[in-house]
Amino acid sequence: MTSEAASVDVRTFDVSAVRADFPILETRIGDAPLVYLDSGATSQKPRVVLEAERSFLETANSAVHRGAHTLAAEATELFEDARAAVAGFVGADEQTLVWTAGATAALNLVAYAIGNATAGRGGQAASRFALQPGDEIVFTESDHHANLIPWQELAARTGAVTRAIPVHDDGTLDLEAAAAIIGERTRIVAFPHVSNVLGIVNPVAELVALAHGAGALAVLDACQSAPHLPLDLPALDVDFAAFSGHKMLGPYGVGGLYGRAELLDALPPFLTGGSMVTTVTLEKADFLPAPHKFEAGTQPVSQAVGLAAAVRYLDGLGMSEVHARERLLERRMRDGLRGIPGIRLLGDPSTGSGTGRVERVALAAFDVDGVHAHDVGQFLDARGVAVRVGHHCAQPLHRRFGITASVRASASVFTTENDIDVFLDAVSGVRRFFGVGA
Amino acid sequence: MSGLEGLYQELILDHSRGREGFGLADEEGANATSHQRNPICGDEITLRVRVDGDLIRDVSWEGAGCSISQASASMLTTLVEDAADEGGMTREAANALIGRFREALRSRGTILLDEDTFGDASALSGVSKFTARVKCAMLAWVALEDALARA
Repeated sequence: MTSEAASVDVRTFDVSAVRADFPILETRIGDAPLVYLDSGATSQKPRVVLEAERSFLETANSAVHRGAHTLAAEATELFEDARAAVAGFVGADEQTLVWTAGATAALNLVAYAIGNATAGRGGQAASRFALQPGDEIVFTESDHHANLIPWQELAARTGAVTRAIPVHDDGTLDLEAAAAIIGERTRIVAFPHVSNVLGIVNPVAELVALAHGAGALAVLDACQSAPHLPLDLPALDVDFAAFSGHKMLGPYGVGGLYGRAELLDALPPFLTGGSMVTTVTLEKADFLPAPHKFEAGTQPVSQAVGLAAAVRYLDGLGMSEVHARERLLERRMRDGLRGIPGIRLLGDPSTGSGTGRVERVALAAFDVDGVHAHDVGQFLDARGVAVRVGHHCAQPLHRRFGITASVRASASVFTTENDIDVFLDAVSGVRRFFGVGA
Repeated sequence: MSGLEGLYQELILDHSRGREGFGLADEEGANATSHQRNPICGDEITLRVRVDGDLIRDVSWEGAGCSISQASASMLTTLVEDAADEGGMTREAANALIGRFREALRSRGTILLDEDTFGDASALSGVSKFTARVKCAMLAWVALEDALARA
């Protein structure tokens, strides 16, 4: 991925043309132009996404996969075209992409479906997923709560136990510890492709090899990679992967679960109800094949159409180009922060143990000595700079670094060098304003 | 940056550093302790109160959080201490004060805290225009309310 990105000519990336596609960037915060560096929490949406959703609702809105009228057929076609587009964006076959409400829903789907298999649902085919008391579910110290709690709860329901791969001081995963933790009792290995706090691109191939070597399922949280890197989930050889539309220029309330075809076929459903069935009697129901057996009830149809517009937009920019461009922003952001007195970057190569230089997306979290993250965020907001403050749904990782909250800046396709410079200039004024370290 | 300076008045920054009442009093002799957390930012406070019949004798606290939450706890303690010099604050008066404080902070800037009643804490009026920060300012006051209910 590194060499591919490095060969891209980032000079051709026309960021001012990109910015013109995002209406919200015209917003002013008081007297200051908006500098939006909170795309890690939720991304802004280009006009094509808003228009796609609106156009669907104005011209094709109808219930999909039911009804015989013209609109129903059109809506169904657009919905399934959207599936093909989004699946294609992550390198997957459309039959292997399940619509969900987002990554949290996708990860819970997998966890609850495995719980159902453990309870004997899904017959012989699903018994491969069934957990025994003492089986181990492994995640990492750097996971988002959405990739921790569903597994903790699954463990609590089944008698399985959870174990966590620790992170080094520089934020990289301790792969030696991972190799020691992942063993014959391991059934699931869940980890983030890109940490939502550290921006580090984790070594998927090594972790998948460890998981598969132990006969365990590899579950990838791709929320922070899908908007920033070229993604080919089948090539990564993960068993399941989850992502959220709203973090990748798409609408809220829609996301995807990718699963290897044979696994989706064998996995019992989580939510049940309308639309996911073939024959229903008063005693029982037979389910449709994947992906539809996982899509009970009314789906987020216009949102799926909007997400398809988002991935087409990203494809139009070129994900290799996006990645290469964001690497420049990442360096500018990180180098700039390192140069400001009193700033501690979370998980930085300059701090303690670790594996040295790693690939990152343009996202950095930091601590300002003597000033609480909330106050930093308020100060930056007064300059028009929107950042995330708090624990970013990663309390264990913050605890590991000895703090409860940090400030996180995260870039997107529309972020300029000037955005980074305004942000850095604002950060360098924080400690003086609050009367520390002067 | 007038909005920001309206929020972070010098008095607030002073209290956030001075932290009146910081350091929990011995549990022995105390009537109740309340632990409050702001789940959004992870800020927390432990506040201990000692009452004598209907009168609040003293308040002490410990916690970590933003300058608004720390200053607010310090200002609340100062208010109780100042009242003690003039015969003490009753539970009823404290609860009334907390109620009025909450009402002002939730008013989006339409109700100001008067200095005669709220002392230094009246500097927190500006917080009410920053809805995301109201919980920060309320944390210690909710802790006192909870502690009094159980004292």
